[in-house]
Amino acid sequence: MAQPHADVLIVGGGEAGLGVADELRALGFAGTITMAGEEPRLPYQRPPLSKGYLSGDSDDESLELRAPEYLREQGIDVWLGRRVASVDLTDQGGSAVFDDSTSVAFDRLVLATGAVARELPVPGAELAGVHSLRSVADAALIRDALRAGGPLVVIGGGFIGLEIAATARARGLSVTVVEAAGRLLERVCAEPLSDFCLRTHRAAGIDIRLDAAVVELVGTDVGAVSGVRLADGTLLPAEVVIVGVGAVPATGIAEKAGLECRRGIVVDPAGRTTHPRVVAAGDCTEQPHPHLEGELLAIESVNNAVEQSKAAAHTLLGLDPPARGVPWFWSDQGGMKIQIAGVSHGHDGYVVREEAERITVLYFRGGTLIAADVANNPRDFMAVKRAVAERRTVDRERAGDLTRSVKDLLREGA
Amino acid sequence: MPTIIFHSPDGSSHKVDARVGASAMETAVKVGVPGIVAECGGALSCATCHVFVDSAWIAATGIADEFEDEMLDDAETPRTPTSRLSCQIRVTDDLDGLELTIAPEQ
Repeated sequence: MAQPHADVLIVGGGEAGLGVADELRALGFAGTITMAGEEPRLPYQRPPLSKGYLSGDSDDESLELRAPEYLREQGIDVWLGRRVASVDLTDQGGSAVFDDSTSVAFDRLVLATGAVARELPVPGAELAGVHSLRSVADAALIRDALRAGGPLVVIGGGFIGLEIAATARARGLSVTVVEAAGRLLERVCAEPLSDFCLRTHRAAGIDIRLDAAVVELVGTDVGAVSGVRLADGTLLPAEVVIVGVGAVPATGIAEKAGLECRRGIVVDPAGRTTHPRVVAAGDCTEQPHPHLEGELLAIESVNNAVEQSKAAAHTLLGLDPPARGVPWFWSDQGGMKIQIAGVSHGHDGYVVREEAERITVLYFRGGTLIAADVANNPRDFMAVKRAVAERRTVDRERAGDLTRSVKDLLREGA
Repeated sequence: MPTIIFHSPDGSSHKVDARVGASAMETAVKVGVPGIVAECGGALSCATCHVFVDSAWIAATGIADEFEDEMLDDAETPRTPTSRLSCQIRVTDDLDGLELTIAPEQ
């Protein structure tokens, strides 16, 4: 049998892979598009996995990003449950070899391989009842485990860990969050938002242990987790343990193919890799930092996957990519909604606006507003997102004046 | 099964069968109705599924709550009195025939 061929082969069936396929069709591309995903499901939304899917508010059907009929109509050929082991690249394209030794030839390749959960390097991490969350299959296991009751210990006070903790707590479980750093969300936001989160989650009854290193997961004699041992000797009882200590870009295929990778696959703003026939998008990539020249930045978000996939699709067709929008992110944690506009990494100062139930942190670099983190403050989020896009700023000296709204201050400018 | 009619910014209209319990946004996006971006997938976080509810239907859909209202304040297309984020409109049998006009900029 002749080797199958795709004009464009997309490796990865997530949001970024689907985004490239969708955008190619929107731009009028009429060639064949094959998307190969490791999971047995059509592209689905991941954000609800740590929230509504665990609580039962969203089901499998609501996760689905596109109806199967739509994908058929668009001529997007989706291969499910297919793991690409390696790709061979040539000047004209190349071929991808699956782990069952079958292969497919392509003219152009899209790597949208995502990221995998970072493992916890302690004894006991393999015990039953210890989970990490990347896929809907992981989420289904966690949902069932949580239904059986707690106590739940979440290792890692980042977004996914806190979302799961808040969801489980709202369902009445006993929940402890163990964070190695001195504050929550340390890598992504300034201290005032960390403190706001800490107070909110503690008020909801979540036990949060900061500066707490996990040294061991303790199991029963049948191999199920029963506790989490901390460096100070404390043993936290646990029926379920979630490890939420970050994600690692899936660069294996790219590395083997000789593409430049650092932490992630290195791409330019147009999604180009170091091979002219290969683009990449989403959580597997690192891209130029928006305001720190020469540095690379990995952005794990739906917005980033969507925007990079649009750029990559344009590049595949020899078109200039559209201007990049302001990166943004959200996290629902129980009744609290965090929204982030812009990239605060690289800021040289921030101004806090805090009221009873809400907080806004405005980040500056060289007198210019570059980003904002808000909790429960959608009006400020929307205003700052727009202002950063339009390169408008607020006077840093007056930015903390709570008698004036952020929108007012933006109108006035610096 | 209720149907919803979406009027897209490109002038096309789409009559779509909607699953009860799904959102109007989800209904449109799954079948590729043009004009709704819906980047956050329905989490009330991005304001990119902005629609204008036909005035005859606003009583049935209801108006935006406080949070949605704040999101709409800086939506790309200026809001109107019948603006909603379509991710917040839950499909019920009572909404059979609902007409929504998709905001031109999301």
